[in-house]
Amino acid sequence: MAELRLVDLVKEFQSFDSPEGKVVAVDHVNLEVERGELVTLLGPSGCGKTTLLRMIAGFEDPTSGDIFLGDRRINDLAPNKRDAAMVFQSYAIFPHLNVFENVAFGLRLQNLTEAQVQERVNRVLELVGLTELARRSPDQLSGGQQQRVALARAIVMEPRLLLFDEPLSNLDAKLREQMRIEIRQLQQRLGITSVYVTHDQAEAMSISDRIVVMNHGRIEQVGPPLALYARPRNRFVAAFIGDVNFISGEVVAPGRVRVLTETFPVADMPESLRPGQQVTLTLRPESVELLSDPRSPQSQFSGEVRRVTFLGGMVEYEVQAEGLGSLVVHASNPILRGVLRRGDHVGLHIPPAALHVLP
Amino acid sequence: MRLKRMKRELEILWQDPLLALLVGAITISLLIFVVYPLIAVFIKGFQTQDGQFTLENYRRFATFRYLQNALRNSLLVGLATGVVGVLLGYLAAFTLTRTDVPGKQLLHILLILPIISPPFVSAIAILLLFGFNGLITQKILGLQGFNIYGFKGVFLSQVFTFAPVGYLTLRGVLESLNPTLEDAAMNVGASRWQTFRRVTFPLSLPGIASAFLVIFIESLADFGNPLVLAGSRFPMLAPQAYLEITGSFNLPLGAALAVVLLIPSLTAFVIQRYYLQKRQYTTVTGKPTLSASKIVSPGARVGLYALLTGFALLILLFYGTILVGAFTAVWGHDNTLTLDHFRYAFSVGFDTIKDTLIVAILSTPISGFLGMLIAFMVVRLTFPGKGAVEFMSILNFAVPGTVVGIGYILAFNRPPLLLVGTLSILVLNFVFRYVPVGIQSGIAVLRQIDPSIEEAARNLGADGITTFRKVTLPLIAPAFFSGLVFAFVRAMTAISAAIFLVSAQWNLLTVQILNQVGSGRLGVAAAFSVILVAIVIVAVGVISRLVPRQVARIEIMRAQEG
Repeated sequence: MAELRLVDLVKEFQSFDSPEGKVVAVDHVNLEVERGELVTLLGPSGCGKTTLLRMIAGFEDPTSGDIFLGDRRINDLAPNKRDAAMVFQSYAIFPHLNVFENVAFGLRLQNLTEAQVQERVNRVLELVGLTELARRSPDQLSGGQQQRVALARAIVMEPRLLLFDEPLSNLDAKLREQMRIEIRQLQQRLGITSVYVTHDQAEAMSISDRIVVMNHGRIEQVGPPLALYARPRNRFVAAFIGDVNFISGEVVAPGRVRVLTETFPVADMPESLRPGQQVTLTLRPESVELLSDPRSPQSQFSGEVRRVTFLGGMVEYEVQAEGLGSLVVHASNPILRGVLRRGDHVGLHIPPAALHVLP
Repeated sequence: MRLKRMKRELEILWQDPLLALLVGAITISLLIFVVYPLIAVFIKGFQTQDGQFTLENYRRFATFRYLQNALRNSLLVGLATGVVGVLLGYLAAFTLTRTDVPGKQLLHILLILPIISPPFVSAIAILLLFGFNGLITQKILGLQGFNIYGFKGVFLSQVFTFAPVGYLTLRGVLESLNPTLEDAAMNVGASRWQTFRRVTFPLSLPGIASAFLVIFIESLADFGNPLVLAGSRFPMLAPQAYLEITGSFNLPLGAALAVVLLIPSLTAFVIQRYYLQKRQYTTVTGKPTLSASKIVSPGARVGLYALLTGFALLILLFYGTILVGAFTAVWGHDNTLTLDHFRYAFSVGFDTIKDTLIVAILSTPISGFLGMLIAFMVVRLTFPGKGAVEFMSILNFAVPGTVVGIGYILAFNRPPLLLVGTLSILVLNFVFRYVPVGIQSGIAVLRQIDPSIEEAARNLGADGITTFRKVTLPLIAPAFFSGLVFAFVRAMTAISAAIFLVSAQWNLLTVQILNQVGSGRLGVAAAFSVILVAIVIVAVGVISRLVPRQVARIEIMRAQEG
């Protein structure tokens, strides 16, 4: 049985700006999270991901639908009675307590002996590498250290469920990458079931067992990161996760599409599609191969380089391809392979498995 | 739909039964101790002496020139004091926030000294300086029979008392205007004067209007200064209502006058609160700028400084007069130094001093905690009728003490709430009269605290009360302590409501001072005033020592967060 189950969850807010007098923040969401799994809620701001998380924590009341933790319905349970510890976006560290007392806050509300509190807090502080700073007051901590305090304060409760509300959005890029690795390692080591909210697709892909892509309060697609990246179910998911080119094609036979004059095999083509039907295909920028000689036998399409953006590990090109329009192409390893220039004529090669049909 | 929502809100509140009970208890006590007395005054105004319904009291108001004059005089003094008080207050606030003149700290302390004194200390000083035996009028200028009573006396005394209120309000307004805006205006070519006229002044305009209304309300409500200085030929509403009740034993007419007094006060309050406050500009963003503004030219700086110093010296003169007066045998006749007044004060007034301290010490912490609790309720909880609770809790800002005092003797003179003459009625009156300031500063601080800090506590297993006690309260400690200081100072110095509520068993210092003035013993009145101000200063010192060191640290953090 799933550890966390959301059944037909709806949240409406009253609003005087909209004609209906209400805004639907979360729209009939169904989701199951397995024990020990880290599931990310990913979407643009206003998509309802934070509202969903806050309903799980008990800070918002669902308009309808049910929330189950294990086999217990927790809709009507006060937030302080729910076994779901949260790491807040703003960290929400108690400014009047030092690091140790911040972490000990929740334990002190339980009937624990002082020795037990000391023992558990110290263990967790060591886990997040804050042992040295235990007596510091929060205003003497850096952003990353405050983040660790917030994390320690949540995991010291040994909760059944760990909730993250965009925990890394206040950190700079380098630290963000480092912290997401630490969080993932800690979560896997402790095996705590986790729900993680973010709008950063790279963060979601690097940290999650499964990603839930949300838009306008609805779930667009759920799946492991690779599945979402390789086989997005619609344009929104395709464009939100990573960069993508959309190409139009025509079905020629089951599992085969034609783009201009070339025919490509595609996997997972929906059976409902009939030959002659027009379809939209996705093509990831790194799947395209650029050939410096447009007359090369491998070349299927020809084009002209319009923009060159050097990014270090790779180069991003914008290529005006004949009959296909503008395509974004990523070429890796610029040191060995060199960098093309604006105005260069190139050939394009699309490998057989690169195209995906949007249903 | 609306009912359904109210039901839902109640259900959520009931998840925390202790909190729900607290909300209920506070709502009920606000109804009993704030609203009910006002209703009692209102009803009494429509009654005859023996309780029949009548319009007679208001008919008398419409026919008697004397009563109409009281209203006119009160409004006149209120407007004049408001204009001059704002002018002086703005001048002081502008000089102290926008220039780097020497002695800023000292000037600030001098300027707020009148706020922590009983409001009629200045009235006594004015009598000593400008009265029949006045130091200035008689001794220095040699005027015989100069009459300070009437408009000029009350006006002078109120400007002195309330300009500091304007100063504090406008200082807050000017501090919250980002000086970068002025730099920006000058950067695009505005002269200093243009910058002030087109940027600084328009931005502070809502604050100026607000300060004016606050002073207007306080002036209308003022009781001590008019009672001492208005004189019989210049009737004013607040003392007139008192005299009708204690002099003519005409409680219904007194109540009717109180209602008349309440109307302009409430109007000003509603404008200030629901119209102006939404229009205040707060432009502080990012780090506070410490650099002195370039907006003041060297010449203007000297001029402003001279005016400000002049006003500060006047304050010093008033307090000096009181101090010397307290040690002078017979002012104007026998200038030998003596401790007689203090000896007398302690012999007749020792119990009064004790009573005053008991009342203040009891009401201060209750008022402080209640203020923080209500602020917490208003900012962080949702419950049906929240807007009404907020309004009730701050209503006493606007209601003149005279009205409250009359309301209390009307409302609590029979069982089950037979409180007249007891200690409780004084304590309750002070608690509910002076809780609004604590509430306001509590609300201001709470709105700055990230709600997720409280959510974090809930998330870690704390219930509503525990969250308030262990997280919210420590964070709003600065507001709590400033609420404490205010409640204590006011409990020590208030008179307008208290004068109706004192009894043979429980008397207050301020009433004692007024009695001494009434019987012409200015020296004793001055001695009592010195004792009172000394107690207040010591107490404020003690309370600020109590402020935990954490508070200072949180303040710093907040400043860093911008």
